[in-house]
Amino acid sequence: MSGHKVVLGGVAVAALLAAGTALAVDPPKMGRPAPADLVKLMDISIPPDGTGLPEGQATAKQGQTVFMERCAACHGERGEGKTNDRLAGGKGTLTEEVTVKTVGSYWPWATTLFDYIRRAMPYNTPLSLKDEEVYGTVAYVLFLNGIVGENDPINAQTLPKVQMPNRDGFINAWKEPAVATR
Amino acid sequence: MTRRMKGEPHPLEGAEPAAANGLLHRRMFLRGGALFTGATALGGLASIVPASAATLPEWRTTPGRPFIGYGYPSAFEEPVKRLVTARAADYPTPGTGSSRTPLHLLEGIITPSGLHFERSHSGVPDIDPTRHQLVIHGLVRQPLIFDLDALARYPTVSRIHFIECAGNSGGGWGLNPPAGAVATMHGLLSCSDWAGVPLSYLLDEAGIDPKAKWILAEGGDAAGMSRSVPLSKCLDDAMVALYQNGERIRPEQGYPMRLLLPGWEGNMNVKWLSRIKLTEGPTHTKDETSKYSELMPDGKAMQFTFPMEVKSTITRPCETLNMRGPGYYEITGFAWSGNGKIKRVDVSADGGKTWAEAALADPVVTKALTRFRLGWQWDGRESILQSRAVDDTGAVQPTRESLVAEKGVKNAYHYNGITSWEVRESGLVKNVWA
Ligand code: HEC
Repeated sequence: MSGHKVVLGGVAVAALLAAGTALAVDPPKMGRPAPADLVKLMDISIPPDGTGLPEGQATAKQGQTVFMERCAACHGERGEGKTNDRLAGGKGTLTEEVTVKTVGSYWPWATTLFDYIRRAMPYNTPLSLKDEEVYGTVAYVLFLNGIVGENDPINAQTLPKVQMPNRDGFINAWKEPAVATR
Repeated sequence: MTRRMKGEPHPLEGAEPAAANGLLHRRMFLRGGALFTGATALGGLASIVPASAATLPEWRTTPGRPFIGYGYPSAFEEPVKRLVTARAADYPTPGTGSSRTPLHLLEGIITPSGLHFERSHSGVPDIDPTRHQLVIHGLVRQPLIFDLDALARYPTVSRIHFIECAGNSGGGWGLNPPAGAVATMHGLLSCSDWAGVPLSYLLDEAGIDPKAKWILAEGGDAAGMSRSVPLSKCLDDAMVALYQNGERIRPEQGYPMRLLLPGWEGNMNVKWLSRIKLTEGPTHTKDETSKYSELMPDGKAMQFTFPMEVKSTITRPCETLNMRGPGYYEITGFAWSGNGKIKRVDVSADGGKTWAEAALADPVVTKALTRFRLGWQWDGRESILQSRAVDDTGAVQPTRESLVAEKGVKNAYHYNGITSWEVRESGLVKNVWA
């Protein structure tokens, strides 16, 4: 597996290489095993298939209270945007003269909302919301965009299945290099 | 001291033009000694030096200050600083946004660390390096932790690379050209000598599961800023950078460690790097869906457009660095490409009708800023200055017109169109769409 050798020295190596002998050693192995509880604490990213979503659930109705208290000051009570990003509306404007990119009009995946709110919001106290509160604010933002109903439970099973309006609006431009780099 | 343009005509050796409006051949040299003619070479500063100095300045007759542990620029250089956008005192999230490198006031290719542009999503954390660690986990044989002591034991690589925010020059997509010096539009661009540990060593040590094709890189700041990166880049030239221009990375650039992905969108070079997870596919974080994706005229968004495309801009003259009468000037600027080395830069003084090849200053390094220069005998008439870069993949920097025709105007990122500085008869320089 280890494809990366360390080449030692300058002139001496050149001489050895010229003689047809490569001088190489493995890099040192200085990493310490990461304890499982540390990995669990840090592993907060959620991909589109929902792997890693925690237990618990909430509806938009339940989430509304949290949103008013913890989010509305910066994003507006109905996600209309205030000092910071607008979170709702703008559907169908991606080709209009005035384009409004929001969770509802632009985001391809609902799981990103859980991932992002949990890791970074509220701005001044990230990672302070309980999992149910994150599910609640996710549900409320989706509800504001007409994507889920007010009483739909949002949880680890339902969230990855939420169909975002702009789901097919993204094109993966990344092409793997044809030649393997090692 | 010579950052201001000098207005005096110079005696030029074999000064036949290489393109219209007075562009000189790139191999043109000023006749020896011409640069050292005292007051003339000092340009704007010359006026305050008395023509015949009857007294010596006080620093010639008084000892200077004693030694200090860490140096800083001359007090007279105070105007040379990052452009910070003014905001209301009660703005609720002062740690979001950016500051810009004053490209027009710099020389060479290295950005002084204190002038490296800033872009952060929840302020600059004050990280205690003894309590910071990098965790590598996910599709690996053995999840591992690396602290600074451990990373110090690996063979170090050091390389010069630029970092450019994907949103740099975003004003280029606008209807009207942004007013201001080159930094206003292009200042989310810097170049440093980075040193650190090849990421491939650390990934190999954790043992890469063949199913792994991407990583998620996450910062230890309050935003937990995170981006997905193809594994192939991580095994190619990616580095966990620990040093910037010889000293530890500055807090604004990710102290004590950042991911360095040469040539790729600045945002992906995750600062305050604290976690890498190996994954099968991309995670689709907020900053690779909602932001840093390119919305095209048909309403579709291009996602994962990683390398920053070939680009250049003239930094002198530029808006705010106005001309001081007809005569000899050096046109200079930066060229760079996230896909390789700069092969050639052409300069035009007539809005792109005719071009002359500029000289490239050594060193020309892959995925680094490259300094170009060309002499110009300005006759005092209205001119439009442009530069056009070509990289070693053959990619040519597009005109704004062709870029907009291809990508529309809703794409807030990856603008690499040609910059045009209109030089008016009065000597005023303006950013224009041409
Ligand atoms: C103090 C102001 C503030 C508060 C309170 C706040 N946010 Fe934010 N929010 C921000 C800022 C600033 C950003 C952009 C951060 C960046 O630059 O990456 C943001 C971004 C977002 C985004 C991404 C928007 C987009 O389209 O990219 C979402 C979603 C969001 N916030 C949800 C929430 C939720 C839910 C709450 C409450 C739990 C909340 N925010 C509370 C300031 C705030």
